[in-house]
Formats: sequence, C-alpha cells, structure tokens
Amino acid sequence: MDVAHGSTAALISSYVFPNDLHVHWSMMIVLYPYITGLVDGAFIIAALYYLFDVKSLKPVAKFSLLFAFAFLFWATIPLLLHLGRPERNLNMLLTPSPSSAMAGFGYIYAVSMGVLVFIVLFVYRPQLVELRATSKGYLQLLYRALTFDSIDLSEKAIALDGKIIKFLVGIGIPIAAVLHGYVGFIFGGVKANPTWSTPLMPVIFLFSACVSGISAIILAYIVIRKIKGRSIDHGCIRTCVKTLTLFFILAFTFEMLEVFSHSYLKSGYHHMVEGLLNGPLANSFWLWQVKLGSVLPLAILGVMGLIKLKDTLYSSLAAIVSAILLIQVLIMRWNVVIGGQLMSKSARGYTEFHPEWFDKEGILAVIAVMALPFITLFILSKIFPFWSQSNTSKAK
Amino acid sequence: MKILEPSPNLDRRSFIKKVLNGTIAGSLYLAFPIGGNTLDLPEQIPGIKGKPYDIQNQEFAFIVDITRCIGCGSCCVADKREYNVPDGNYRTWVERYVKGFSDEIYVDSPNGGLDGYQTPRDDINEEVRDTFFVPKLCNMCKEAPCVQVCPVGATFTSPDGFVPVDEKRCVGCAYCIQACPYSVRFLHPETKVADKCTWCYHRIRKGLLPACVQVCPTHARKFGSMKDETSEIYKILKGPGVLTVLKKEMGTFPALYYKGARREVI
Repeated sequence: MDVAHGSTAALISSYVFPNDLHVHWSMMIVLYPYITGLVDGAFIIAALYYLFDVKSLKPVAKFSLLFAFAFLFWATIPLLLHLGRPERNLNMLLTPSPSSAMAGFGYIYAVSMGVLVFIVLFVYRPQLVELRATSKGYLQLLYRALTFDSIDLSEKAIALDGKIIKFLVGIGIPIAAVLHGYVGFIFGGVKANPTWSTPLMPVIFLFSACVSGISAIILAYIVIRKIKGRSIDHGCIRTCVKTLTLFFILAFTFEMLEVFSHSYLKSGYHHMVEGLLNGPLANSFWLWQVKLGSVLPLAILGVMGLIKLKDTLYSSLAAIVSAILLIQVLIMRWNVVIGGQLMSKSARGYTEFHPEWFDKEGILAVIAVMALPFITLFILSKIFPFWSQSNTSKAK
Repeated sequence: MKILEPSPNLDRRSFIKKVLNGTIAGSLYLAFPIGGNTLDLPEQIPGIKGKPYDIQNQEFAFIVDITRCIGCGSCCVADKREYNVPDGNYRTWVERYVKGFSDEIYVDSPNGGLDGYQTPRDDINEEVRDTFFVPKLCNMCKEAPCVQVCPVGATFTSPDGFVPVDEKRCVGCAYCIQACPYSVRFLHPETKVADKCTWCYHRIRKGLLPACVQVCPTHARKFGSMKDETSEIYKILKGPGVLTVLKKEMGTFPALYYKGARREVI
C-alpha cells in the first residue's frame, strides 16, 4: 500500500477525512439490493415457465411467483429503517428529482408490485374461484375481490388468462430488470467513490441478483418438500441448476473483470481500491466472496454439469451450492456497499465499520427484516397452494 | 443669611406618581428603538446591504490561500459556534500536511483542526522538509454531484450559485453524502438530515462575510463577488496567478479555488 507514484501523491499515513469516519449506508442498504435481487431471480424462474414455456420448471413456477411477491412486499422496510426522516418518505413520490436514480424507487416499486400482484391473481384465478365457491362471509368477499368477481372458468376464459399472464410476465421482465438494475446504477453513478463508479455495476448487480433468486428457489423447494415429506422433481432441479450456472458464470466473470481491469489499467485511485481489497476486505473479498463463495461453487457446478450424477446426489449438491451462493451474494453486497465506504475520499486511508446489535439498522433488525418474507410466505401458503396439483384446495 | 430650602415632599401619593411616570417614560424605550442593533455593522461585501438582492445576477467565489494558513483553527471555532455543529462532524476543517525528505506525505486533522495545531507530530521518523495547512469547506460546485443525486430535491443549486440543503424536505437518505467527492457533508445526528457548509449564506445576504473568513487572522480565506471589479476575489481570479481546484477530474467545477495549492493536496 505504501506506493510512491511520480507526480501523484504518495500514500503513507492513514488519513481519513473527518466526515468520512462514519459509514452512512449500513446493513439495511446491504439488505435492500439483496431482497430485490431475490425477487428478480425468482421472477426469472417464473418467466422461463410462463413466457418461454420451459415445461420442466412447472413444479416451481407458482412457488417462484409467491416467493417473489413475499420478498417484494417487504422491500420498502429496509429503506424506511435507513432513512433519517422516514416520515417524509413520500417526498420521493411527490417531489422526485429526475436526475436522481434513487428517486425512481417509488414509481418502479409501485409498478413492479402492481404487475406481480396481477400475475399472481391471474395464475391462481382457477383456485381462487373454487375457493370462493366453498367459502362464506368475509372470506368469500375477499375471494370475490381477488377474482374480479368473475366465476368464468370456460376454456375461452382460461385461454385468455394464459395470454394475459404471458403479456404481464413479458412486461414484467424489463420491469424486474429496472427494479434491481436501478439499484446497481445508484452505486454505479457515484463518481466520488472509485469502487462504485463503473458502468458494469448495474450488470453485476443484475446477474448476481438472478443467482441469488434462483438459488433461493432451489433451496426453498428442496427444503420445504423434504420437510413435508414430498417428492422432489429432479428434472426441475436440473433445469434450475443449468440456469443458475449460466447466470453465475456471467456474474462471476463481470465481478472479476471489474477488479482485474482496474488493476491492469492502474488509473485514478486504483491503488486505494487495491489497498482496500488486499487490506480491510482481504478476508471478506478474496476468501469468502471469491474462493469459498465463487470458485468452490463453480467447481461443484462444473462437476454437476459435466459428469452424469444420480438424481439424489445431484439434488443434494444443488442444495449445497444454492446455500453457498445465497451467502456469496450477500457477502458481495456487503463488500460493495460497506466495503466501498471504508475507503476515505482522501485517498489516503480506510475507516472501520462495526455492526451494532440493537440499532435500527443493526443485526437484530436485519434478522427480523429477513424473517418477515418467510413468515409472509407461510401465510400465503395457506391461501395460495404452492405446488401445482390436480386437487388444489389448500394443498401444499 | 437664611437659606431657604423647600422641604422634600415625602408623602406616598407623590412617590407612586414618580414611579409610575418613570415606568411609562422608560417603557417608551421598548417602542422606539434607540440603537444597539448588532446588524448595523459596516458592510463587508460591498453592494448588498440596504439594496434589493438580485438573486439572478450574482457570482460569488471563495479563495483559500494555503501559503497564508497557519493552522490556528479560528475558522473552525467560529464555524462551530455559528452553527452549533455537533461534535465529530465538520462543516469546515483544516488539514496538516508534513512532507519528509523521502517525499513521503503525512496528513492529519485531529478533531478537524478545531483545537489548532498546538503540538508537532511525534510519529514521523524522518527529517521534515516542508509542512503546510489546508483548510477545507464546501466547494459550492457549479455542477454539484450532490444536487444530481438528491432524490427529493432537498439540495439544489440556487440562482445565485449556492448549494443549500432544505432541512424541511431532506429525508436523510445520505445519498448526497456518498456523492460528494470532497466529503464536506454529514448527517446531523439530531435532526437526521444532511448538513454542510453554506458559505454563511445568511450572513452574505446581509452583506457580511462568512464567519470563517471574518475571523481568519492571516487572511488565508477570502470571499467576494465576481461582479465587483474592485474586490480582491475578482483581481485574483482575473489575474495571472495559478489557482487550482480540488479533484478537477471529477468535473464538478467548484467555486472554491486554492491559491498556492500543492500537488499533494487531494
């Protein structure tokens, strides 16, 4: 780190600008891209089935939609917990500044939520109509509202449903891409921070988002089916893993390309970025994110893709790889969000981050925020059956 | 000779009358101002006091002369008192640069230079070739990245070239703090909104210099209007000397210029 460059400043003593000592974007800002990433990845699985007719994904298609919905539902909470003045959050909708990527949040979120809700309602319309017929009172009123007060299940109606679903998923893909891509641009557009400002940031975020979402679907599917003592559709797992492998290769390639091209170009404040990755973030980045979190899963995925394995072994490895990748994506978000702020804009030093337990952005808050979507998913499972069955009422 | 003195009238009624008259007379002082107005100071920036302020036709600039700064910290003290800046946060600060004969640079800013630099650094193991002080404050960028990223428009560029923060609109997202290349912004720990140096806009509007400029004993900090051809600012900026800005490659076009700046200053 003690490198002298001819005409530029030599970096020696650790000097952090006085206002740089505090890390402003904390764990909630690590969590927000993670959550929207899970939404995106789950949506990709659903899109592959509903729009691109990848039939092998049928077992997880509906589940993916509900998974995406459960996480999207709580996506605003980390942001509200982060804001200094959360009671003014509507300012983003009322007086958005058009040059700010962050100002897009309110509108992008509203549109994504709207599209996803309609997709879920149209996909589940036949089951909801049946549930309406067998329920009474306020519950029946709810089902009537959810089915737009229609009981038409004729072939023509179902065909129309299919077309509407295809259309909604079709526009849902670019909307989902913007939902997570704009987060990448929030970081990529900050020229003041050398670790963040790169055109690749939205791309890296999007691809790793897909990785996390697909991994989540694979792991959740295997775990929930195992808990319920049900069988696992191995063909479905194989298709998911192939998609996961594709997205992960892309994500890892772009992540490494970013690091290596900066290291080769040696322009600007690269020595600070290298100092960060080889100093305070050495373990977090090279050991956890790259070696254990990326190279190891790549090796496992390579084995799974190139060697013919038995179904049970394949699915077990799929679960392990998915668990590792879910953690890897979280660590990657940590390294970008918090790691990026450890570097002072003085280009001469690094500050430290110490997570608190009881802060509104603390560890317990993070656990609570991540638990809420799973609780929601559990509640949803009581209304919308996860797995496609011929006998659908309240089956799980 | 008989000296006749009137005997003093000591009865209660006349006493009460006197007190009442005195009170009424004295209370007139509350209604009619008789001077002692602290804003009645001689104008420090010509052409502002007592005249309508044409907000569309102003151009101010701030120059920091590094060759004059002695690191006394008076500017930091004045700023902290003017705005009650919370401890650990800095609207302005002074950095100390020490250069050794090996060309190594040692930079520090203990408490932002608020206590002045009373003692030399004791952790440098080589002979010191040079040392200088660099005051830092908001650069009032003409193309401010903080304005670009604020999601709610709480920070904006005013027609007279200032970049204020509307503390009633700010949601405390801290995006502007991330976006500022000069780290002049912070989140106020009590109001939970973004805060930064304002070049004492409230004083400028009354024709007074910013607090830090006024108290600087060596005239290292200079402020003035580019519309005033007699001002020192105008003469320096239009003159032949070398003026630099911080992090020029960021493309922010600061209105804060450094005179005598060194290449080691970031």
